[in-house]
Amino acid sequence: MSTFLEEVNDRMGGTPIQSCFHCRKCTAGCPVAFAMEYNPNAVVKMIQMGMKEKVLTSSTIWLCASCETCVTRCPNEVDIAGMMDTLREMAIESGVSKGEKNVVKFHEAFLSSIKMGGRINEPTMLVHYKLKSGDLFSDLGLGMSMFMKGKIKPISPRTKDMGSVRKIFKSTGK
Amino acid sequence: MKVSYYPGCSLHATGKEYDQSVKAVSDAVGIELQEVEDWSCCGASSAHMTNFKLSVALPARNIIAAQKDKLDMMVPCAACFNRFKSAQHHLDGDDALKAEVEEIIGAKYDASVSVRNPIDILYNDIGLEKLGEAVTRKLDGLKPVSYYGCLLLRPPEVCQFDDYENPYMMDGIMNALGADARNWSCKTDCCGGSLTLSKTEIVVHLVDKMMMMASEAGANCIVTACPVCFANLDTRASEKGRLPAFYFTEIIALALGLKGTEEWFKMHNVDPRPLLTSLGLM
Repeated sequence: MSTFLEEVNDRMGGTPIQSCFHCRKCTAGCPVAFAMEYNPNAVVKMIQMGMKEKVLTSSTIWLCASCETCVTRCPNEVDIAGMMDTLREMAIESGVSKGEKNVVKFHEAFLSSIKMGGRINEPTMLVHYKLKSGDLFSDLGLGMSMFMKGKIKPISPRTKDMGSVRKIFKSTGK
Repeated sequence: MKVSYYPGCSLHATGKEYDQSVKAVSDAVGIELQEVEDWSCCGASSAHMTNFKLSVALPARNIIAAQKDKLDMMVPCAACFNRFKSAQHHLDGDDALKAEVEEIIGAKYDASVSVRNPIDILYNDIGLEKLGEAVTRKLDGLKPVSYYGCLLLRPPEVCQFDDYENPYMMDGIMNALGADARNWSCKTDCCGGSLTLSKTEIVVHLVDKMMMMASEAGANCIVTACPVCFANLDTRASEKGRLPAFYFTEIIALALGLKGTEEWFKMHNVDPRPLLTSLGLM
């Protein structure tokens, strides 16, 4: 059986994450580190130490905004942002994506909007997200104002060849 | 010149004024746009954050659809641009993945389409000189800071766009129009992106910091090329100290005296018209 570290490295390909020598440049440049449970470089260490459950259930992996500042500045070319993508995927697969429930629900609503129409219809996606998250009342005024200005419409053009879009979702397992 | 045009979902909704101003500016400087046939969503951050293969296959469907046009592909949305570039990066470097994606799409990927943001096309193909000559209303008094955000620039080996720590193309365009682009240190900072709905407080924190830094640099507005950044700057900054945000193409249209600017500005959450009126630009 492979270790957590091996599992993450195998999925990611590229530079093994143990190349990290903890200079903390990733953490210093991370715009969201202030809100994270564990700093990006700490996550690397936790993976090395086999702390799978703590990492996969953490809020950190869902708060990463994928700005890629860490990857750009890492002296050892560790793809920290790619590592976060991998960890999110693993968390969903093991059914433990609970660190930031609403972030996960946003992604679900977003992808199901593509599945339905090939393109995102923002109002439908937003209503879907609100119902999933239970956060019904924030941004109502903003939404109304955008609606009044004709920015968002309940119906928008869809992709015609929906078969091809559905096939992508089916074949990639979502 | 003629290019394929991939508007993406945001440009048909919350980023409507970006779509319309890209079209107006393209028309004015002689860029013909041909919309990618029956395009679909690129998957944006939600696909790559949750399912790697999906995040390659969704953009690939559109790149393959554009191949037959044999043109460069203009992608104004920074998020779509990043997803297309990233998909190409993976397809070009991984034959097994490429074969699998081709099987799913039912067509061959031939690596022929060059994905380009309009900043790059206007700066490198049209050129600052031609843009400057087309100006009918010099933007005296407008002091923008250029905000590039993350998705046009990072990772640099994938995006291959401008200087990734201190980009300058948008600044050059602003100055060619007679504006006075201010230097600042937040050009490539992150606005929090799609966390705007699920973790709003993080985005408020990030854009408030940017507004403060822009004011400190002597700016009176922020210019961007990303519908996610625009929406976050325009709707999430705290009332105190916030500056109006623009798409960079709206500013070009204003300087070129093109029709439509007033309609676009009305759609903004933070009305930029008082600023422009005070500067005698409207």
